[in-house]
Amino acid sequence: MSGFADVEYTGVRELRGPLVVVEGVCGVGWDEFATIALDSGERRHGLVLEVDRDLAVVQVLEDTAGMDRTGTRIAFSGTPLRIPVGAGWLGRVCNGRGEPADGGPPVLGATDTAVAGAPINPVRREPPNEPVLTGVSAVDVLTTLVRGQKLPVFSAAGLPHLELAVQIAAQATCGGEAFAVVFAGMGLTHADASFVRAGLAERSAARELVLLLNTADDPVIERLLTPRIALTVAEDLAFTEGRHVLVVMTDMTAYSEALREVSAARGEIPARRAYPGYLYSDLASLYERCGRIRGRPGSVTVLPVLTMPAGDITHPVPDLTGYITEGQIVLSAEVYAVGTYPPIDPLASLSRLMRKGAGAGRTRADHPDVAAQLIAALARSRQVRELADLIGRSALSPTDLRHLDLEDAFRQRFLTQATDENRPLDDSLDRAWDVLLTLPRSQLGMLPADLLDARQAGAQKPGEAP
Amino acid sequence: MTLPGAPAAFPQVLRVAGPLVEMECPAAVAMHDLVLLGADRLPGEVVAVHGDTATVQAYAYTGGLAPGHPVEPQGRPLSVLLGPALLGSVFDGLLRPLSGAGDLLLTGGPDRAPDVRTWPFTPRVAEGTRMTAGDVLGEIAATVPLRLLVPPGRSGVVTAVSAAGGYPADAVLAVVDGHEVCMTQSWPVRKPRPVAERLPADLPLHTGQRAVDLLFPVARGSTVAVPGGFGTGKTMLLQQIAKWCDADVIVYVGCGERGNEMADVIEELAELVDPRTGGRLSERTVTIANTSNMPMMAREASVHTGATVAEYFRDMGLDVVVIADSTSRWAEALREFASRMGELPAEEGYPAGLASQLAAFYERAAAVRTLGGATGSVTVIGAVSPPGGDRTEPVTAHTERFVRCLWSLDRDLAYARHYPAVSWADSFSRDAGVLATAHARSGDPDWAGRRGRVARLLAEADRLADLVELVGITALPPRERISVLAGRLLREAVIQQSALSPKDAYSAPAKTAVLLEAALTVIDRCLDLVESGTGADAVEAVDFTPLLRARESAGPAETAPVTAARDTVLGRLAEAATA
Repeated sequence: MSGFADVEYTGVRELRGPLVVVEGVCGVGWDEFATIALDSGERRHGLVLEVDRDLAVVQVLEDTAGMDRTGTRIAFSGTPLRIPVGAGWLGRVCNGRGEPADGGPPVLGATDTAVAGAPINPVRREPPNEPVLTGVSAVDVLTTLVRGQKLPVFSAAGLPHLELAVQIAAQATCGGEAFAVVFAGMGLTHADASFVRAGLAERSAARELVLLLNTADDPVIERLLTPRIALTVAEDLAFTEGRHVLVVMTDMTAYSEALREVSAARGEIPARRAYPGYLYSDLASLYERCGRIRGRPGSVTVLPVLTMPAGDITHPVPDLTGYITEGQIVLSAEVYAVGTYPPIDPLASLSRLMRKGAGAGRTRADHPDVAAQLIAALARSRQVRELADLIGRSALSPTDLRHLDLEDAFRQRFLTQATDENRPLDDSLDRAWDVLLTLPRSQLGMLPADLLDARQAGAQKPGEAP
Repeated sequence: MTLPGAPAAFPQVLRVAGPLVEMECPAAVAMHDLVLLGADRLPGEVVAVHGDTATVQAYAYTGGLAPGHPVEPQGRPLSVLLGPALLGSVFDGLLRPLSGAGDLLLTGGPDRAPDVRTWPFTPRVAEGTRMTAGDVLGEIAATVPLRLLVPPGRSGVVTAVSAAGGYPADAVLAVVDGHEVCMTQSWPVRKPRPVAERLPADLPLHTGQRAVDLLFPVARGSTVAVPGGFGTGKTMLLQQIAKWCDADVIVYVGCGERGNEMADVIEELAELVDPRTGGRLSERTVTIANTSNMPMMAREASVHTGATVAEYFRDMGLDVVVIADSTSRWAEALREFASRMGELPAEEGYPAGLASQLAAFYERAAAVRTLGGATGSVTVIGAVSPPGGDRTEPVTAHTERFVRCLWSLDRDLAYARHYPAVSWADSFSRDAGVLATAHARSGDPDWAGRRGRVARLLAEADRLADLVELVGITALPPRERISVLAGRLLREAVIQQSALSPKDAYSAPAKTAVLLEAALTVIDRCLDLVESGTGADAVEAVDFTPLLRARESAGPAETAPVTAARDTVLGRLAEAATA
């Protein structure tokens, strides 16, 4: 944030929503960072949205409340916003602009980097193929998170997505390699923010965590910066320091609403549901910062969390996110209603990179087959459940009834776990086997015969239909 | 303010709003001229001139660009370099090579590392020959055999031609009518390359994907749109086509899509062996990678860049396929810029010119007679990503009107893990008629009949499936029960195809034909059996597994295992009839 010119401009022409229009400026570039001094002594910050001859439109991160045309002085930094990067961020708790919220000194670093980031050269990308283990059975076994992947959590109001995000942030590891979590909270309530701080205190104390918290009563526009700071810090930790970094960003719906607010203030032509037409590209500029780079040790894995307004998956935020990300973890109100945590819907969830990140040498040799068989069996269970609702249990075949048992076993013995229970992968996979073996062997066609023998899968009972 | 060192004569930047830049406009600046902005010399294109100002769309991140910074007009339109170095390489949306650029793409675009490769050139004309545009001057032995042509607009006597030997990409190889002809030539991206005439597109493009080849075939020089919501396997299907279709050159334009996916396709193409040439698949492929976080306006240019590259190869008499994934992201770039220009929006904020721009892009596809008299073709396949899966949104709705084929991907099929999820109810191929004639000419007069039968059987099975959900299968008459069975056999034994299967990712015409023949023979026998009094229960109880597994057990071009599987199942049906 250095390099401020001595020139301070006072020609405020217009104040509108989060925008201030400054006149008489000279040599101010687009996307430059600005500081705004008020007569009260307060300092605010802004980004240049447009420069037109001697006019500059500045978006004020802290909002324009209390600013007037005469008592406002604006200085421009001469470059787009840069922040210091380095290991100094680890163990720190900051607000949404990256300023300390833990009573400590400002975060310093040997180098500084532009928060806008630079796209990774597609030919220098290394295709992701190793897992991040989260200690959550349903994620590790059925939607394996892969280093360098972007995998969102789709949730709805009232579901425990924050608990899940914190649990994953607290437990995730990369098989003993250097690891760090950057947690960016946007629009969190104070209760939620305290919950996050408490849940991640241990990781923070171990200097494996960077926490950036923008609360619901913090300035809305600041949220546009929070994920960018998080990703900039993460990229440095990954590609310079050689760590595997998991970036958790919650809630992306709050972020998108801030974007919509700025767009509306600028009088831009709205697209779907009044979100700006560039919402896809803007979200992509965040999510696409995940990945691995050839010849460099670290990785950036992105786990955005978003709440689908009214549970609508076709809402622009989940829809555009789904087009960018490599799969999704979907939380279901129905599963949560029966008291299951984490309420992950295994059939709607998918990790597109899992086939590369799971299996022999990465997780366990039987993992891909077990996951595929479990998904197939659960799909059949769901059909049977619908049939049972229609025609009654008594009309079901014995095999169908076993599938109902499987669904129960899945929920009780596999899916359910405590918010602080860190399950080793072997345990999760063994539980998956345990669930699968409620079915007769004839229903387990996707599993190799030798594994079934080893697990002593039950033979067909006489009289059972195949 | 003028930057130190910049000549005062340069016009200045007046306004910057993201990719939209306004500049002073000297009289010499024309529409679509290339300009370089600021000290970083960011490329941009003039898109409007009003009075003494011009509007520029910038092809790079404009952070830090300020009013007063200099602009260098280049006096020529945005152009790309076309030559043998294209094959096997990866470029950004403006066709700048990415291979030599760093790990991160910083402002100013990738540096162009000097290309030190050489390509063998063999002259095919003698000095003193009179030639016209499109005539062959010589041959270049790249990974795909190329020709050096007299460029469009030139004709006259060949006054010099290089001897056979290896030359670098920028070598001058001949002089025609006083103009040098270089191995690598420049061409404006928005200007379609001229041809002698357009020919009817009437030869089949074999894609190796049965759902496409059997039901919704595409002709060489035709156009296809592939709409599908997220998770329906669009990119997977397009990558399959890029890998296995029998074109000479593939231009793969990754337009506003995922970086990891691009990395994946680049790596896979470099590893996979072309079944027809024995070389690597990457050697016939030009990849244009403009991922969703790369500058948005380069996305807008990238589809035109792709079409220009395709036309360059077409003019040598080659069959080229352009794959654009996804045209919706391209349309979003158009919308973004129109909005910043303050244009009046039409549907959903898209500019009123969206339909004509889409039409113009798809019209660059054609089967042609080139200026030199050869025949070549450009086939365009574009993915469409409808927001929320809504097929009535403007990009999908307009695209459907302009394309010859539509491969609509169905979410229900994808969720049932039926891949490729090409819906037989919502897709179409307007090429099917001419291709039926082509198949008849090449000795397969029954092709259209078989295709019609498959379509009818699938539609019938779908109709009955709704009924079965209500009343149960046993309530149907025997013949209808066999129709439901026929639908399942066709879907699972013939139409489904796993992109991940080493044996079945590609299906040669012979294998496709024999699989269909096997399924139809089995279906006919089932119908015969119920006609002659065998119970539908007995037929349904027959184990059809060998037939369902035949596509996986037979190699890409094998037919014998399929025939054997058919005979096994026919044997079981015979047993069922006598039981």
